[in-house]
Amino acid sequence: MARGITNQRKAINTAAAWAVGLLIFFPILWTILTSFKTEAQAIADPPIFLGFNWTLENYATVLERSNYARFLWNSIFIAGGSTILGLIIAIPAAWSMAFVPSKRTKDILLWMLSTKMLPAVGVLYPIYLIFIKMGLLDSKIGLVVVLMLINLPIIIWMLYTYFKEIPGEILEAARMDGASLKEEILFVLTPMAIPGIASTLLLNFILAWNEAFWTLNLTAVNAAPLTAFIASYSSPEGLFFAKLSAASTMAIAPILILGWFSQKQLVRGLTFGAVK
Amino acid sequence: MGQIQLNQVTKTFGNVNVIPPLDLTIHDGEFTVFVGPSGCGKSTLLRMIAGLEDLTTGSISIDGVDATDTPPAKRGLAMVFQSYALYPHMSVRKNIAFPMRMAKMPEDEQNRRIEAAAKALNLTDYLDRRPGQLSGGQRQRVAIGRAIVREPSAFLFDEPLSNLDAALRVGMRLEITEMHERLKTTMIYVTHDQVEAMTMADKIVVLRAGIIEQVGSPLELYHSPQNEFVASFIGSPKMNLIKGEEAAKHGAATIGIRPEHTGVSMTEGMWKGRVGVSEHLGSDTFIHVHDTGLADMITVRINGDVQVKHGDTIYLNPELDKLHKFGADGKRID
Repeated sequence: MARGITNQRKAINTAAAWAVGLLIFFPILWTILTSFKTEAQAIADPPIFLGFNWTLENYATVLERSNYARFLWNSIFIAGGSTILGLIIAIPAAWSMAFVPSKRTKDILLWMLSTKMLPAVGVLYPIYLIFIKMGLLDSKIGLVVVLMLINLPIIIWMLYTYFKEIPGEILEAARMDGASLKEEILFVLTPMAIPGIASTLLLNFILAWNEAFWTLNLTAVNAAPLTAFIASYSSPEGLFFAKLSAASTMAIAPILILGWFSQKQLVRGLTFGAVK
Repeated sequence: MGQIQLNQVTKTFGNVNVIPPLDLTIHDGEFTVFVGPSGCGKSTLLRMIAGLEDLTTGSISIDGVDATDTPPAKRGLAMVFQSYALYPHMSVRKNIAFPMRMAKMPEDEQNRRIEAAAKALNLTDYLDRRPGQLSGGQRQRVAIGRAIVREPSAFLFDEPLSNLDAALRVGMRLEITEMHERLKTTMIYVTHDQVEAMTMADKIVVLRAGIIEQVGSPLELYHSPQNEFVASFIGSPKMNLIKGEEAAKHGAATIGIRPEHTGVSMTEGMWKGRVGVSEHLGSDTFIHVHDTGLADMITVRINGDVQVKHGDTIYLNPELDKLHKFGADGKRID
């Protein structure tokens, strides 16, 4: 039976989708609105939605008190570095799993994913000690390595699914044409997998950008990224909601803009290669 | 040069023995076709020669040099795949240039060869297109172009025509045969289509379940098949195989007669039957004859002008000197 979608049904679906979308977006919207309020308006009861005196005071204060540029640069360095390092390791790993699988490949993939099931705090102590021993505390390099390891299972899984879609015969053709393994991966596999690699890169950049547990616990000053920048404005007394919101808005703005312009790749990435 | 020798080659996948010990020599310049039903191991054998599949035991030598553990890139062989396996992100020019680029050939020499190949394969106008913008036949030509530019010691074809439509297939068949006449390079061609095998090959290798049933020229296989399998596999329509009393009269367990070696008459003959379906090809007509008491169905191939009706009684006159005899073990008796 062919099921015609009526206009009424369409309207209901659209309204429901908007409602869910707004519900999800509301905390972010509230944060952005709060960042333009005064501290008093920010904690007013009942809350003020739009009818307040818009001010840029919070941004001015935050920029004056903290070195935003340094936090921003640290975030870019840590998120970018861990993603690129992850890709360099994950591309050959995913190649071998997709094209020369062994009997244990599926087990290894699941085992890798299982590392994500452990709460991060479970390994905080050993990693903290390792960082002290190696002098990596509050260093960008240390964070790059830790975040890369945290996200590596996801990077490998995503690339594995993309690579699975590439016909093996094309890689065999490259081999017959005299390409070495390196040339095969560099000249044939990678260019063919560019859309998949791009969405993997984007998603992991965002994950690393937003990562707050390790970035907060392993940094102090020098390597502190934007997550630490936000945290520095949170106080248990809740007196600086407006400034906290301004800091948060400044921290998420770059990634929000990046995400907006790369929506297409992101959707592809998040559906894990299910949609062609 | 391009002599390829397989010595006691075997292949097992898990517990399945795909290729039992097998010996085969392919001489320099020969057009060899591996033919057999699906799953007979012909593609596996080709991939083992290419180096894309490891040997379980045994050895392969190319031009007298042991190549058993040589990676595919270093064997000096070119392969044309069933799916064409072109690089979708590269233009036709770059696809054809790829093996030369990998061999670090000087660029002007690369360009000279690309132009020559494109001209020979009618691809000159398409050099800057991507494979996705080409038709199936053109893609196949690009795949062939990519194979010939590096002047390999042998070409390997893995069912290259099976993705093309019938008319194009016949055309490409001729082009590949002509290319072989021109280049005189060793070619190994895998197909399940016995017509391709018969029309193209210098030497046919008939495979079944990894075992070589017979090696010979197309006409050798046609005129003296060594066993029942080859007899029924080579030739179209298939050879009629008759068992029982009629075969015993000729001192065999099974006798075989090709459809084209059986005359028909409406009045008298050696065997009598009833006409079933007639397939009119224009030049020829295939008549399927039932109720002969010999086999479920006997097929005969006669001149296209002869008219018979469904249900007619018909008499068959096999040419007795073209009768094939097989023993109880299925092997040919001469």
